[in-house]
Amino acid sequence: MIHEPIRTVRLHVNGAKHERSVEVRKSLADFLRDDLDLTGTHVGCEHGVCGACTVLLEGEPVRSCLLLAVQADGASLTTVEGLADGERLHPLQQAFWDHHGLQCGFCTPGILLTAKALLEENPHPSEEEIREAISGNLCRCTGYHFIVEAIRAAARP
Amino acid sequence: MKPAPFAYVDPRSIDEVVEHLARHGEDAKILAGGQSLMPMLNLRLARPSVIVDLNRVGGLDSITERDGVLFVGALARQRAVERWATPRLPLLAAALRLVGHTAIRNRGTVAGSIVHADPAAELPALLLCLDGAVVARSRAGERQIIARDLFHGPLMTSLRADEGVVETRWTLPPTAAGWSVREMARRHGDFALVGVAALVILARGAIARVRIALFGAGPVAVRAEAAEHALAGQTPKPALIEEAARLAVERLEPMSDLHAPAAYRLSVARTLTARALADALARASEGGH
Repeated sequence: MIHEPIRTVRLHVNGAKHERSVEVRKSLADFLRDDLDLTGTHVGCEHGVCGACTVLLEGEPVRSCLLLAVQADGASLTTVEGLADGERLHPLQQAFWDHHGLQCGFCTPGILLTAKALLEENPHPSEEEIREAISGNLCRCTGYHFIVEAIRAAARP
Repeated sequence: MKPAPFAYVDPRSIDEVVEHLARHGEDAKILAGGQSLMPMLNLRLARPSVIVDLNRVGGLDSITERDGVLFVGALARQRAVERWATPRLPLLAAALRLVGHTAIRNRGTVAGSIVHADPAAELPALLLCLDGAVVARSRAGERQIIARDLFHGPLMTSLRADEGVVETRWTLPPTAAGWSVREMARRHGDFALVGVAALVILARGAIARVRIALFGAGPVAVRAEAAEHALAGQTPKPALIEEAARLAVERLEPMSDLHAPAAYRLSVARTLTARALADALARASEGGH
């Protein structure tokens, strides 16, 4: 039996404070899902290609499969669970609903958080800018058209 | 759990980092942005026994300019450098926008991509194109390694196991320099099948200085020196550009894989080189930018 190194991690996720002991080799994605029961962060390729595990670290989109949980010690994260305000959907979530921007839903959390960061930096992106922003998020259902439409709709005042 | 077990240390100073490297040598791996290392750990292509996390070392994320040289700390994220370079060094900014996706560049470091030395990556070629260097630190002290002495093979550099890169250095071209970076990739953000960066400085209508560097066209990023020699001192003409592009790919030996055969990569490299030179010359004759 290999001795598994453990560390204590303290962090904020969606405004809530958490403290857990965690194996040092555990990814942030697995930590969110397994230790904090925040299963909205999806795990796809686990090597940074698919974008399903994208979360916001200090407001910036990052791949949670390419971070160790221990690296997030002291950090503030936003996951898809932090988007809605109680029963009221975030404008991006509402736009995805209205414009059929999700189908199986697997890529949706990563795309929502990527789009949130895009609209904060660039409130009125062109279609090309939207497509470039989500180029690191793979969707195998809708072919992106409705996703782009939804983000455009959410960007409109 | 995806990676094989490892011990994790997160030192607060460079001195502590190099102590760990001195102690563990080949068994240790530096974790900076993690956008190349973490996939290799998750896929168990790399199984270091010690991860030395650089991210808690203060002062390594600086981006400063002094006497015509850009100094980029080992923890400066690609996105931060992209923002710095957008008005000041448009060639580097344009190349950075081709590196992965925003979420990758938010974490990925410039130094990390360079020392990872993927032959298809943009930044090693940019370091060659901009007469750059890395500064490596070990317990024995610091040394500068210029770009042409750095890249030895795919994912191989001249860095020793007890050395860590603390800074990359880039020669800032005059603002009137013309530039271009072009690549062919399956999708935006993918690794390039092949690509090229070019920098041209004109003086009285003739080519005073030119740099051409190719990536994805062999085991390492390379300067196209034969093409540079053919162009130096000449007045640009279409036939000269075509000849330079031919020379640029003459001795390349790109690999074949499921994305493209070697002959196709060569053909694209030649076409992209001609286009990049034409772009760079056009920008240079307009006074840069």
